[in-house]
Amino acid sequence: MEALTDIGVVAGSIEKTKLCVALFIASESTFFGYLILAYVYFHGFISSGPTAANSLHPASTGVYTAFLMASSGTVWLAGRSLRKQNRRGFLVWLCITIAMGLVFLYGETREYLHLLDQQVTISRNLFGTTYFGLTGMHGIHVIIGLTLLSIILGIDLTKDRGPRYQVAVESVSMYWHFVDCVWIAVFSVVYLWSTR
Amino acid sequence: MSDIPIPADSLPVAAEIEAENKRSLLSWVASVDHKQIAVMYLLTSLFFFGLGGIEALLMRLQLAWPGMAILSPDGYNQIFTMHGTTMIFLVVVPSLLGLATYLTPLMIGANEMAFPRLNAFSYWLVLFGGLLLYFSFFGGAAPNAGWFSYAPLSEKPYSFQAGLDYWAVSLLAIGVGTVATGLNLIVTIITLRAPGLSLKRVGLFVWMVLVNSFLIILALPALNASLLMLLVDRQLSTHFFTQQGGGSPLLWQHYFWSFGHPEVYIMVLPGFGIISETIPVFSRQPIFGYGFVAASTVAIGLLSLGVWAHHMFAVGMGHRWDMTFGAASMLIAIPTGVKIFNWTATMYGGAIRFTTSMWFAIAFLITFTMGGLSGVMFAAVPIDWQTTDTYFVVAHMHYVLFGGTLFSVFSGLYYWFPKMSGKILSEKLGRWHFWLTFIGFNMTFLIQHVLGLAGMPRRIFTYPALPGWGIMNLISTIGAFVLGISVVVFLWNLYVSFQRGELAGDNPWNAWTLEWATSSPPPLQNFKAVPPVRSRRPLWDLAHPEDPDWKR
Ligand code: HEM
Ligand SMILES: [Cu+2]
Repeated sequence: MEALTDIGVVAGSIEKTKLCVALFIASESTFFGYLILAYVYFHGFISSGPTAANSLHPASTGVYTAFLMASSGTVWLAGRSLRKQNRRGFLVWLCITIAMGLVFLYGETREYLHLLDQQVTISRNLFGTTYFGLTGMHGIHVIIGLTLLSIILGIDLTKDRGPRYQVAVESVSMYWHFVDCVWIAVFSVVYLWSTR
Repeated sequence: MSDIPIPADSLPVAAEIEAENKRSLLSWVASVDHKQIAVMYLLTSLFFFGLGGIEALLMRLQLAWPGMAILSPDGYNQIFTMHGTTMIFLVVVPSLLGLATYLTPLMIGANEMAFPRLNAFSYWLVLFGGLLLYFSFFGGAAPNAGWFSYAPLSEKPYSFQAGLDYWAVSLLAIGVGTVATGLNLIVTIITLRAPGLSLKRVGLFVWMVLVNSFLIILALPALNASLLMLLVDRQLSTHFFTQQGGGSPLLWQHYFWSFGHPEVYIMVLPGFGIISETIPVFSRQPIFGYGFVAASTVAIGLLSLGVWAHHMFAVGMGHRWDMTFGAASMLIAIPTGVKIFNWTATMYGGAIRFTTSMWFAIAFLITFTMGGLSGVMFAAVPIDWQTTDTYFVVAHMHYVLFGGTLFSVFSGLYYWFPKMSGKILSEKLGRWHFWLTFIGFNMTFLIQHVLGLAGMPRRIFTYPALPGWGIMNLISTIGAFVLGISVVVFLWNLYVSFQRGELAGDNPWNAWTLEWATSSPPPLQNFKAVPPVRSRRPLWDLAHPEDPDWKR
């Protein structure tokens, strides 16, 4: 009989949390796929009442979109600073990221208020249903992302970083990139394609 | 390399408690040990199996003879909806996930799942989702639009009581929990395997769980998205699936089935995995064509994402789509058939030990093949038009899900119960359980093929006294009660054997995979060390140093 070998982990090179987030993103992508598909599918059916073309504001929303896009860059810079042990840089970029996310939410709220002013609600017609359904679901994901970023920030401010802080930051930032990518798809479909 | 893959950040909360061997209620509620959570999954699915079984018996009583009045028409609708939803989401899936969470870490030589807390979270979501579903009985009325809740029947104007809201919310909870388990299992299998245990060497059960988990994370979001849309339709008067507002009931069907068909494979792949473990061990031969079994599973997984509309032939999608989906569905029969040959060939020439576990595996081969054959029949569009929404479909789904999946789960439970409890399930009671199940099952469902071909629709609370219908339904009902008795025998077996069964020892079946290399039941930390893995059968190599697999 041979001696028992000690037990260890084979695929040590794959970081499990990041792998999990990547898979989660794949799963969430299919989820958004169905919502976007519903928007596209119903777009052709809307004949009367409010539509994307007569109710939305692509220009101003475009500006807020730019903020969200830029926040993908800043969260990457934050991660780079962290890897370089540059704590101040990390803090600054992280705060800027959160601020830009908030600006985006502010923009989305303004757009919502505009629409509600004109009695465009989620139950008004198919446009309302699919528009609020899709952007609302994305908005919830932005809020989740901001919550995660704030937790990251809070941990750093309370100087409570554990050994896996770096991994946590990288995972959250993957998720944040994903939230941005979804918005690119949503913006292209809702604001660029369907307002024509 | 030293011991430990218990990740440092995930030390079981209940570890200390259990170490002192206090099996208090708290030690269960607070547990993040994959074995304890798995046992809770299994007990939960057993509990709901009882409820779903009682619902089935109520339906069969109502249908035993034309014109019975045990259930009201609406009561009948509620009961069949609850039966289907329960059996699929609270019995079949949790029992498979339970086995997967118990065995995956053990079979890959790991001490825990990749994310123990997430694991606990998933379980509690499933349990509370289930309880919420049943709370609907007290919250007004149970859901009544069938397990696939076709719109517009499921919409407010047609179903204004709260039942469908409970249905949607509870399935959302279960859906989210299930996705989390899928993620957890994939990461566990990819990152926590013992040294030497490449993906070409892991047990086939692990392979099936891996493919299954990918199906879960890619297909369940379709359900979650549809449920959300249905819920806002009902709560906020949106128009996704209602015609009045211009929405499309047809879209619900597409969305639901693009989840629903992968779901039927989610419900059977781990079953394939189970019998790919039990048949070789009880035939004393390694699996025939390991690579084919694994590869055909991948093929099934991919194909199953693209055939959903075969549930919708009656909708009128047009000839071209019908043909496309019909042909794609028939393709699935090929990788499935490959597997049947592999299992049969594994038994061929083997020294078969006819244990209860093996009997269930053999029965699986027979009944699942029959269910597969009726499936291929439906894939021919005209046959589907003739048989859709009849008892023929009911017969098909029960041959694949009961005669398939549940038989495999029984095979797995008789096989692994000794590992989980340290006691062997009584073979004598097991034989009673098996034969009662096998006879009761075929008595209930074989005749439903005939009823379906004779035109008896499904989901009706009663039927006219056409020639032969009464007696055929009566036979089916008697069969259902035989099944009921078989379940009682099984429960009794679990109880008696757990109390005073024969002690199992580490490896009662002389099996070859890593879960048998630790004690029964395994300690909180599964392994201090694992045997060297140089082949697919590490324990065979250990016991036969003169003839190890890796030298063949
Ligand atoms: C060769 C493989 C299979 C084919 C071609 C096939 C085909 C079909 C088709 C066309 C239907 C729709 C019948 C109708 O409503 O008109 C159906 C129903 C169903 N199948 Fe299969 N099937 C196969 C295997 C399976 C397996 C392996 C399972 C589960 C383990 C399964 C579970 C079901 C269920 C639950 C339904 C009923 C759904 C409902 O209407 O409630 N099938 N099958
Ligand atoms: Cu199907």
